[in-house]
Amino acid sequence: MKQSGPGLPPEPGSTAPVARPAATPAAASIATKAATAAATPAPAPQQSAEQLRYAALLDVCTRVGLVVLVLSFAAYASGLLQPHVPLQRLPELWSQPVASYLAQTQTPTGWGWLQLVFTAQPRGDVVGLLGIATLAGCSVLCLLALVPHHLRRGDKAYVALCLAEAAVVLLAASGLVAGGH
Amino acid sequence: MEAAGAAVAWWVWPLALFVVCFLMGIVAVPAGIGGGTLFVPIVGSFFPFHLDFVRGAGLLVALASALSAGPTLLRGGLASLRLALPLAVLASASSIGGAMLGLAMPAHVVQVLLGVLVLGIVALMFTAKKSEFPDVPQPDALSQALALNGIFIDGASGRVVRWQVHRTVPGLVLFLGIGVLAGMFGIGAGWANVPALNLLMGAPVKVAAGTSGLVLSLVDSSAAWVYINRGAVLPMIAVPSVVGMMLGAKIGARLLGVLKGEVVRRLVIGVLLFAGLRALLKGLGVWP
Repeated sequence: MKQSGPGLPPEPGSTAPVARPAATPAAASIATKAATAAATPAPAPQQSAEQLRYAALLDVCTRVGLVVLVLSFAAYASGLLQPHVPLQRLPELWSQPVASYLAQTQTPTGWGWLQLVFTAQPRGDVVGLLGIATLAGCSVLCLLALVPHHLRRGDKAYVALCLAEAAVVLLAASGLVAGGH
Repeated sequence: MEAAGAAVAWWVWPLALFVVCFLMGIVAVPAGIGGGTLFVPIVGSFFPFHLDFVRGAGLLVALASALSAGPTLLRGGLASLRLALPLAVLASASSIGGAMLGLAMPAHVVQVLLGVLVLGIVALMFTAKKSEFPDVPQPDALSQALALNGIFIDGASGRVVRWQVHRTVPGLVLFLGIGVLAGMFGIGAGWANVPALNLLMGAPVKVAAGTSGLVLSLVDSSAAWVYINRGAVLPMIAVPSVVGMMLGAKIGARLLGVLKGEVVRRLVIGVLLFAGLRALLKGLGVWP
């Protein structure tokens, strides 16, 4: 595991001052404050490889999600793709609870919306969910990509945490706990 | 409001939503508050959309903002993935429960609870203190085992700052509760995350703010799926909100040095106070 906190040995190449081991908690506190206060301007500290990898993947996934979101919405709002629920009906429907909206529009729940996307005439309003689903799912990809890194470092706790977080998001996405299937 | 909503052309409300979200995005950055925190109380109180759809869109607004800011914050060390993950696992799991609970409760009950929560946030914004560099003499055993520490350059002083956290177990318990609120109300939980990370766990305030966004991006992903699966995400409401808020936030970030943060913050607190009272009274049937 990477240890880089105050009072701990500095990372190789670090320019920050080293805090000497303190005999008492009070002394340690003073040493911590001193280490921070005495820190001098230095080159940007390098973040861990895992953090940088996560950032790079998150960047790409978010950009893809936002592009899909905007393009699909443009096709929907411009009328290029016919909606499942006519636009003129929306003002009478969006003020009602979701259960009433679904009953009146026969809109599928869970992953049923994919049937209205991958069809000869994709429905504009439902296609709009593609971008939303990409944004809501991109963290899973980023987390799973970290697992091999943590495994190589023998960081079992973070292997478990990455897998656990990905599992929670996937469980929510599956609809098994939220209903809708 | 519902009658007025049905009387006008369908495109008027999404356009108004885009404009309002754009303005919210501008003031959110200088006010130091997440756009998601403003979205649900304001749109839920003053637009004709049902609270189910407002909460679904609110989660996506908070999620998109957090995802967009994440990479920069991570690269600069202002967000810590190591610190965010343990908190996010618990908060994500509880946010699913919160979302299910929120969608199962009658709208007027959620409206009342939302009003109480928003008024609580206003009180928190008035009273909460911040600690730039909290004193953490010794990390606790769990913090040490998970290496919950890091390093970043403080932009104000240009100095390298090393940090570590303590009180990890109470922090985890607190984030369990924060997850429920995030899922139930579709409201960004930065207002709760930052004090928990900064004042309780001892992360520097900048790391607390950055890591809060990262936790939000994971927690809101889980809660958003519940709303998507339940059909409570309408692209016609969600997309103008997300795009408006993100464009506004870009302008807000540029105006950061021009606008007086404290003035904007007071303005936002005033609007939130009004929206919180409106939500409370709407839920109680006093101001339908």
